Amino acid sequence: MKKRIIALLLVSAITAVALCGCGGDKTEGGSSKITIGIPQDLEDSLDPHIAVAAGTKEILFNIYEGLVKPDSDGNLYPAVAEDYSISEDGLTYTFKLRDGVKFHNGNKVTADDVLYCIERNADDGSGNALISAFLNIDGFSAEGNDITIKLKEADPDFLQYMTMAIIPKDNENPDTNPIGTGPYKYVSRSPQENIVLKRFDDYWGEKAYIEDVTLKICANADTIVMDLMGGSIDFFARITTAQAAQLKDSDYEILEGTMNLVQAMYLNNAVKPFDDVRVRQALCYAVDPDEIIDLSFDGKGTPIGSSMFPAFGKYYIEETNDVYNKDIDKAKALLKEAGYADGFTFSIKVPSNYQPHIDTAQVIVEQLKAIGVTAEIKLIEWDSWLSDVYTGRDFEATVIGVDASSMTARSMLERFVSDSSKNFINFSDPEYDKLLKEALTTVDDAKQTDLYKQCEWILTNDAANVYIQDLAQLVAINKKFTGYEFYPIYVLDIAKIKPAE
Amino acid sequence: MERSKKVKFITGLVITAVVLIMAVWGMIKTPYDPYTMDTSAKFAGVSFRHVFGCDQFGRDIFSRVLVGVRETMFISACVVFIGAFLGTVIGTVTGYFGGWLDEFLMRINDALLAFPSVLLALVVIGLFGSGKYQLIVALGIAFIPSFARIVRGEVLKIRNLDYINAVKLYGASNFRILVVHILPNLKTVLLSSIIIGFNNAVLAEAGMSYLGMGVAPPNPSLGRMLSEAQTYIFSSPLAAVFPGIVIAFMILGFSLLGDTVGK
Repeated sequence: MKKRIIALLLVSAITAVALCGCGGDKTEGGSSKITIGIPQDLEDSLDPHIAVAAGTKEILFNIYEGLVKPDSDGNLYPAVAEDYSISEDGLTYTFKLRDGVKFHNGNKVTADDVLYCIERNADDGSGNALISAFLNIDGFSAEGNDITIKLKEADPDFLQYMTMAIIPKDNENPDTNPIGTGPYKYVSRSPQENIVLKRFDDYWGEKAYIEDVTLKICANADTIVMDLMGGSIDFFARITTAQAAQLKDSDYEILEGTMNLVQAMYLNNAVKPFDDVRVRQALCYAVDPDEIIDLSFDGKGTPIGSSMFPAFGKYYIEETNDVYNKDIDKAKALLKEAGYADGFTFSIKVPSNYQPHIDTAQVIVEQLKAIGVTAEIKLIEWDSWLSDVYTGRDFEATVIGVDASSMTARSMLERFVSDSSKNFINFSDPEYDKLLKEALTTVDDAKQTDLYKQCEWILTNDAANVYIQDLAQLVAINKKFTGYEFYPIYVLDIAKIKPAE
Repeated sequence: MERSKKVKFITGLVITAVVLIMAVWGMIKTPYDPYTMDTSAKFAGVSFRHVFGCDQFGRDIFSRVLVGVRETMFISACVVFIGAFLGTVIGTVTGYFGGWLDEFLMRINDALLAFPSVLLALVVIGLFGSGKYQLIVALGIAFIPSFARIVRGEVLKIRNLDYINAVKLYGASNFRILVVHILPNLKTVLLSSIIIGFNNAVLAEAGMSYLGMGVAPPNPSLGRMLSEAQTYIFSSPLAAVFPGIVIAFMILGFSLLGDTVGK
């Protein structure tokens, strides 16, 4: 009998503990606190100069700032710098440091810190640079609070790269201990669980509204609606139309914008059979973006035909959409010509935490059946995607969205230069390399735009990838909050979100 | 057989037969191609054309359930086969010979049993990636310990019986004793644990696919379908309800059978 009582006590104690664990993440009423759902952990790096994933950079946007910073219209305004001037010949840039800008550790930003950051991103001596536009820097120096950068050749886009994050020179571990000047400071990170941010009260500009921010990792795309309905997250920046439909008549407001990325089935141009341009073209003829948008996204989304999305304005070429209109016969003929009359089998690696990409891949698999090509979807974790697909280039095809790090055509197109470290699809075309190089050094705006457009046409005509769409971005935000702003690049500006009246 | 047992047995048999027919049907031909998408049929309700309705891509849920049952059955059967086969080998060898080998293997067995099988499977999938065959291997390994333990216990009991001692005196080899004299006596205990194991395998497959670790989209398995349907559960519950019901029936049928067989 005694034993039984002890056992009973033990069991109830265990149950109590287990139940406590369940209730922990419900957000409480106070609206100076927000829980934001994000689809992946910030695996790659918290170091702003090293991070590559769009999902990481959109969060780091809140922690770090550059000398200049983009606003929600895509224009640049002075941030860590108070003012800047560009010489007549476009070769000399002078930035005047803003007085009293502090890092999150309380130290003042000095010209030394800025020089350190430029040096960190510039030529490492072997002709490589973290920011390739910095290879063009001839020299840089500081005099008091004035920082001067001299270029070898004029570059009309150079200012865009001064959005480069300013970090303190004496921070030894920017990867795990991020210190910036942004409106939010980093508090902690629990891998695969959450990232905690706190408002930076010594921020030089308009301070953020919400004090405590928890970024909760929702790696299971299927449970996002449940998380929102259950109140464990207040905000999710990218939900699908079907998920949005579930949230009708709930506590959530759905905002609609564009995601500003190029969603495509990216093909590894170096592996068989995708090393044959005819095979790639055949896939383009077989895949119908409009049908994908209708089936998976309720008609919301803009079909695109090259590595450029509409927010880019003058660089965007709408006509690239019409190059590969669905044509099964032509696709089959091309396959036959390439020696794959009976089709072939390949796998599409899709990160399992991105529902839009999974949905797109499912429709593609269906569409490719029509030309006898069998595609298999392989769901992989986000960190394996980064290491195997992006860095390791070990894949045949993948469905993903590629973003622009800044509002320059270069940021979209440069990655396809044959020797670029970001060229994960192994695209290689000497003509493309030549044109892009020429474009980078052309000062005349009209001529440069024309060269960039020629590059886009090469990507389209060579069918570098099966281009699909610029996704519609549906944001679910609890009605307790307001003020979310869409940007023309892939960022999530938490500082603008405020409690609703 | 007493009456209530008989009722249980027949109910179990009927339900299992229905599920099996569904699986075979899924193997031969489905009313619609389970993969064909149709914009106009998105979330279509129950009708004569689509008896279970359609999912978010306008795919026929009934056809997908048929194929899903087939996939789930196939995976579960393979898992139980791996578990039962290797479990029996390990169980008989350790139970019969005993000694340090028994100690060694059984301690490993205990360690494996200490993990929930889903957790163990997650580790294996973490190492080899996700997919149908990886899932089979992962769950198969996770199922070995329970079989090994049951079989070992049974062998321990049998090996000390007089008739075993008698054949030993006749000079029968260990191999002959194991295969001819011990294995046939494991039949009943194996049969009921296979049926119970099959139930667990169905649930484990559904659970793993639900977590996104098993069958890759667009292929249906019952767990996968549930997982995909949960997003739409409030507006169009059909896609979740039918696979759910089928899983429940599958388990019920086998449980009833397992309860009556071998006792």
